[in-house]
Amino acid sequence: MTDVAADTLLDVRDLRTEFATSHGVVRAVDGVSWDVRAGETVALVGESGCGKSVSALSIMGLVARPAGRVVGGEIWFKGRDLLKLSEDEMRDIRGREIAMVFQEPMTSLNPVLTVGRQITEACEIHLGYTPTQAHARAVEVLGFVGIPDGARRLKQYPHQFSGGMRQRLMIAIALSCRPDLILADEPTTALDVTIQAQILDLMKDLSRQFGTANLIITHNLGVVARYADRVNVMYAGKIVERGTAREIYANPRHPYTLGLLRSVPRLDEPKRARLDPIQGQPPDLTRLPPGCAFAPRCAFAIDRCRAEVPPLTSVGGAHQSACWVADSLPGVAAKPVAEQVPA
Amino acid sequence: MSVAENLPEAPPQAAGDVILEVRDLTKHFHLGGGLFGGPPAVVKAVDGVSFSIRRGETLGLVGESGCGKTTTGRCILLLEQPTGGQVIFEGKDLTKLSPAEIRVVRRKIQVIFQDPYSSLNPRMTIGQMLDEPMAVHGIVPERRARQDRVRELLTVVGLLPSMASRYPHELSGGQRQRVGIARALATEPSLIICDEPVSALDVSIQAQIVNLLENLQEQFHLTYLFVAHDLSVVRHISDRVAVMYLGKVAEITDRTALYAEPLHPYTQALLSAVPIPDPEIESHRQRMVLGGEVPSALNPPSGCVFHPRCPIAIEDCKRIVPEVREVRPGHRVACIRV
Repeated sequence: MTDVAADTLLDVRDLRTEFATSHGVVRAVDGVSWDVRAGETVALVGESGCGKSVSALSIMGLVARPAGRVVGGEIWFKGRDLLKLSEDEMRDIRGREIAMVFQEPMTSLNPVLTVGRQITEACEIHLGYTPTQAHARAVEVLGFVGIPDGARRLKQYPHQFSGGMRQRLMIAIALSCRPDLILADEPTTALDVTIQAQILDLMKDLSRQFGTANLIITHNLGVVARYADRVNVMYAGKIVERGTAREIYANPRHPYTLGLLRSVPRLDEPKRARLDPIQGQPPDLTRLPPGCAFAPRCAFAIDRCRAEVPPLTSVGGAHQSACWVADSLPGVAAKPVAEQVPA
Repeated sequence: MSVAENLPEAPPQAAGDVILEVRDLTKHFHLGGGLFGGPPAVVKAVDGVSFSIRRGETLGLVGESGCGKTTTGRCILLLEQPTGGQVIFEGKDLTKLSPAEIRVVRRKIQVIFQDPYSSLNPRMTIGQMLDEPMAVHGIVPERRARQDRVRELLTVVGLLPSMASRYPHELSGGQRQRVGIARALATEPSLIICDEPVSALDVSIQAQIVNLLENLQEQFHLTYLFVAHDLSVVRHISDRVAVMYLGKVAEITDRTALYAEPLHPYTQALLSAVPIPDPEIESHRQRMVLGGEVPSALNPPSGCVFHPRCPIAIEDCKRIVPEVREVRPGHRVACIRV
């Protein structure tokens, strides 16, 4: 672990997670390495099936068995390889040191327990709090996430909360044991846009306030631009590009990233006659082509792309791309200076 | 306040005659008093909505969940019986038609649903699904000719004619949505209600479908009511846009004016909440974050329904229900502060 920065909190190395399906083995996560430093916000970006959620489930030891299984790699967290821990040891880490926030707050909260119980349970088990201490902590974390009148609200059930409030509850539960890292899987996808802004601002504030690191898993490029420090773009189980958010957006060096950025209409740019989509369909993970998985949809592919898998290599400092033609890609279409954006 | 005002605007495509006019539409759902008792209550899902669409144009209908945009679309399709108001399509009030007349009109108004996974029948082949509406409406009476037409429709939406023999589960999400579009086109409609047609699709596929919808509009001179919550996509595809909040229209105007100069504080907040995919811009963007949440339609606020969250609300907003006023030619706003 010589090349690891001193403040690295989570270091995922060459992670491989597979699923056995009736159509063959799916390599959902196929040799992926990334890290999160203390207090920062890292994004895993990609479309459905790219392996971003399975990456998070692999870290938490929650990959559905027996179909799914982590078949290789290491997940270093505070000096321990999580893949080598027993189920009991993992249970101590889950919720205590690494917490998770899911996309659908309604399906991840227990409908027959009061929300108070769902927060105090974790504090009693993980922190050894007495019921009175746990209750005080629950009122406190509800305050942190902007749910007023905590003492009364703790006696209520999840169905008595709106969608945005439920997601605040999920964040409150995640925060309750003061974790070092929160994995948030599409935390705002099910929410309306004005509520999405509230929740993401809340997560960012809490991260600043308590020094909690966040891993945000999303398909929304706008969300990433606003909240992430560093970005890993995934496609077909692999990381195809990574760098700081500014590097990735200003100078994408993978055709998939470039395609994603060009395909979305933007409020700050003139309306285009037509959008520039990425051609073709998302890949079938049971039948990936040899070479680069994106090659069949790539406008820049050369013969080598269809034969050899490109490794993730530096295109300038810590900015990396897995593309044989990374150096000759065009920039994001020259865009007029957006003098102002809606206030 | 402006959003790229230097748009190379094409003039609104063929500002034709009014094809659809919705007048003071209301749809109330009655709750309670049923098996589990509960006090009877009324949800005013759509509460006095008026707008019109000209032939060949796209009207975007945006708002957050529960604002009534989908119910408005369903009332136009007569999938819901409106509680009040009129839906005038090509000069006829649909709410007054007999069932036989409704069947005839249904052919001309089609719908594309959000979820291509649940809106296709898993037991029918793609070919059967496209064949059925043509047979039912007697559009192509002869069976052999219908099969040709099915292949033609598949080609039009960018699929292979051989896909007629496939089942929905064999297709990807984007392909299924193309089938949904082909099915809507099968009856040769003039108006298509697109209800969140791209929001269930992956980002890389959304642009393909948006482009397809635009190409088909040109090719077949279609009129769209485009119901969506994604303001960036709505801006791209629409000629005019209506913003809804809690069953009412907050603002309606042409696309350029709405995005360059939103007048209603809710429209301003919505636009401000959309993150722009550029960290450089996001890092120094001033935003207006709305407090609170959308209130329940069961118990809407008095006066202006937006007043509890409105940054510029005054005392009068709590008691005066703002009417939708034309503040500039073609720009209507429901706010007493504008």
